Amino acid sequence: MKSHVWRPLFVALGLVILILVARAFVVPADFGIGERGYMYGWHRKGNEEEWKKVSVKYKTKAYCKECHGKKVESIGRSPHGVLQCENCHGPALDHPKDPPTLTIDRSRKLCIRCHAKLVTPSSGRSKIRGIDPETHNPEAECSLCHDPHHPNLEELKRHE
Amino acid sequence: MLHGEAWTVKELFVYPNEYIYWTIQIVMYPFLTGLVAGAFVLSSLYHVFGVTKLKEIARFSLVFSFALLPCAPMPLLLHLQQPQRNLNVLMTPHFTSAIAAFGIVFLTYGMIVASELWFVYRGYFVTTALKLRQKPNRTLSETVLMSLYSILVMGAWDVSHHALEQDEKAVKILAAVGIPVACFLHGYAGFIFGSVKANALWMTPLMPVIFICSAVVSGIALCILTYVITMELRKLIITWRRKENPSLPSPGELGGVETQVVTMTSRYLIMFLILAITLELLDLIFRGYTAVKSWDILRSVIYGKDFTAIFILQYGLGNLVPFILFLLPGLTVRRAVVGTILVLFGVFMMRWNVVIGGQAFSASFAGFMHYHMPIWPHDMETFKEGLFGALMVGSIPFALFWLLSRIFPIFDLKESPPSSSRH
Amino acid sequence: MNRREFLKRSMVVVAGMAVPAAALHLIDPKQLLAAKPDLRWAFLVDAYKCVGCGFCVKACKLENEVPYEANVSRTWVERYVVKKDGEVLIDSPKAARDGFTTKKIEVGEGKFREVKDEEIEKAFFVPKLCNQCENPPCVQVCPVGATYSTADGVVLVDRKWCIGCGYCIMGCPYGVRFFHPVHKTAEKCNFCYHRISKGMKSACVDACPFGARQIGNLRDPNDPVTKVIMTERVGILKEEYGTKPQVYYIGLSKEVR
Repeated sequence: MKSHVWRPLFVALGLVILILVARAFVVPADFGIGERGYMYGWHRKGNEEEWKKVSVKYKTKAYCKECHGKKVESIGRSPHGVLQCENCHGPALDHPKDPPTLTIDRSRKLCIRCHAKLVTPSSGRSKIRGIDPETHNPEAECSLCHDPHHPNLEELKRHE
Repeated sequence: MLHGEAWTVKELFVYPNEYIYWTIQIVMYPFLTGLVAGAFVLSSLYHVFGVTKLKEIARFSLVFSFALLPCAPMPLLLHLQQPQRNLNVLMTPHFTSAIAAFGIVFLTYGMIVASELWFVYRGYFVTTALKLRQKPNRTLSETVLMSLYSILVMGAWDVSHHALEQDEKAVKILAAVGIPVACFLHGYAGFIFGSVKANALWMTPLMPVIFICSAVVSGIALCILTYVITMELRKLIITWRRKENPSLPSPGELGGVETQVVTMTSRYLIMFLILAITLELLDLIFRGYTAVKSWDILRSVIYGKDFTAIFILQYGLGNLVPFILFLLPGLTVRRAVVGTILVLFGVFMMRWNVVIGGQAFSASFAGFMHYHMPIWPHDMETFKEGLFGALMVGSIPFALFWLLSRIFPIFDLKESPPSSSRH
Repeated sequence: MNRREFLKRSMVVVAGMAVPAAALHLIDPKQLLAAKPDLRWAFLVDAYKCVGCGFCVKACKLENEVPYEANVSRTWVERYVVKKDGEVLIDSPKAARDGFTTKKIEVGEGKFREVKDEEIEKAFFVPKLCNQCENPPCVQVCPVGATYSTADGVVLVDRKWCIGCGYCIMGCPYGVRFFHPVHKTAEKCNFCYHRISKGMKSACVDACPFGARQIGNLRDPNDPVTKVIMTERVGILKEEYGTKPQVYYIGLSKEVR
């Protein structure tokens, strides 16, 4: 073993040791094989908590009801009751603290998401009353005539 | 900026998140590892199998392989979205991924080539360092070279006949171990693609084998080309130097390109080229014959969208033309040079057609994506993943080779140190 | 070189080859599936109910901070228009972030095609999201362990460890992955892990006015989603890849990609 032939091998072993030492410092302590085994569960455990900590922006109707109970209830009986308030009013975030007021989307583009008439015989879209956005009062905002909270045609706003 | 949007054009239905995420740098990566592996295999033909006719080019290709080595991971680094985290691959390798072993295979291979190089040049290092030590008035460069050699010797100053014989034996063993490792390094670049079941064009068990064969082809081609260019350059430089110093040997005495070396080497090139083409055609025929679900879209890519790139540029210009050039009787050096350039182009196009071609269609099988390689960079991303990034990566091995040839002289190894001692 | 020499040298080559191969044998991927016997998230999409409003996509992008204008999304909705002559047209403009508001069908960036009403045989919408596969190929191919499957079956990405190689994006047959334009790491739907782990539903499920999207626990036999998956006829996407996707569909059609 005294031969000089082994010297490159010592260099190689030195490199391996260097990498192993570096691993001890660089790899987070909670990195390891998780519940799903090495193939699907090799990860840093702490990351799971990081994902759980992401803030919730859409708080759902249950949150709106806490202050706007009456409104939520009455709108809930209208055909638009299936919609989440936040779909049009925007995510509640920490409202009313932050932001104090929500930005409501009143654009035609929002309404025609469902109410642009398309030919979709094999989908629920065909059961929704629709218009052709290019010919149906193209200049006007929908809420000028329709009440988004009580959209029945019978209750059409009278335009004075 | 959304990665991929700058150079991807979508046609018909492509999933919203699909872009050409793997671009020119990923074409360069297998191309460069292929050259590394090929150059090494060529040098090993002499060391292991004793093909003495390749002696001249063997040492040359070994140094060249070493120069290419650090460049193989460069395109990968340029392509990573988080390049500063590249060492994570060594820190927490996930071996179910084909990429995970890259660091380990690459380092193993690098150590083998470096060791082999060390054994080949140790004797030279010792004699040169000792000779320079005794020299009374050294120039700065000589001092630098001397200390560099003294470090590189790593304390093994024994240059007895027995020790040098041991070196030779070690070279032989390392060259033998190196061949499978070189093939593994590159075959596994093929495995990276071949194992992606989500990609209909890539997924074939033949991919690693095809990659190895074309790697050897490209490696040999580049070695022949660089060999000829270096020899010619050397001749030019000597002629120019002789104007000032007539005592230098004439270009005639020095010897030019050995036609026999070129012919011999190109024979190996042809052998591997035939193998590579056979496998590629087998793959193509098999896909057409079995015609599974993905064949419709693959056919429209292979025979339609990419027809020029595949059949005219890759198979025609890159394979068939050089094939004829090499096989016509009376091979001249000039013809061999044209042939090798075309072969290199053909192998590059093969990598292109695999990497870019594999992303030319959507995983939905209902749409296409076109890659528009950024030419003039207007930000870091279009530089990295564009023409100039690729050119940069492609030119570095040559600069490195020049630098390495200062330390590891490729020619006249017996007489040491080559130029300075003659003054 | 004689035959004996050749054989000897070949042996050396083979022995050398065995070294890297042996390294792979150290891996023993043990499957500890029963780690969380009481929870496995699954998703149910009723494609009949989907109207293509795209509220799910809008909510998803805002909830999960995926830049609103970027042309990538964790979830999207596809429109399928099957013509009487058999031609199938598919589109998902801007991932359906703004819904489907025109009869024009996108056939490439900025290019549209109009199909006459009477030529349409059937047309429908299909919401897509990550399938949280039981055998996720994206996780299998991650070289550093930056993406993984949790005990409850959700595939997550570690933004602090991902090197951004894109192999997972290539490995996903469903095209659900992309690079996050801000974080520059692989990004994907995770069933709103921060919501479901708080007892809420994912943002897209809450945003859907028609109940086309539902999320549930496969290990709970009384869960309404589980009941449907167990007792009714449901389909999955791209079964042939062996990924075992956990997003189940009602009303799939052979045209769905």
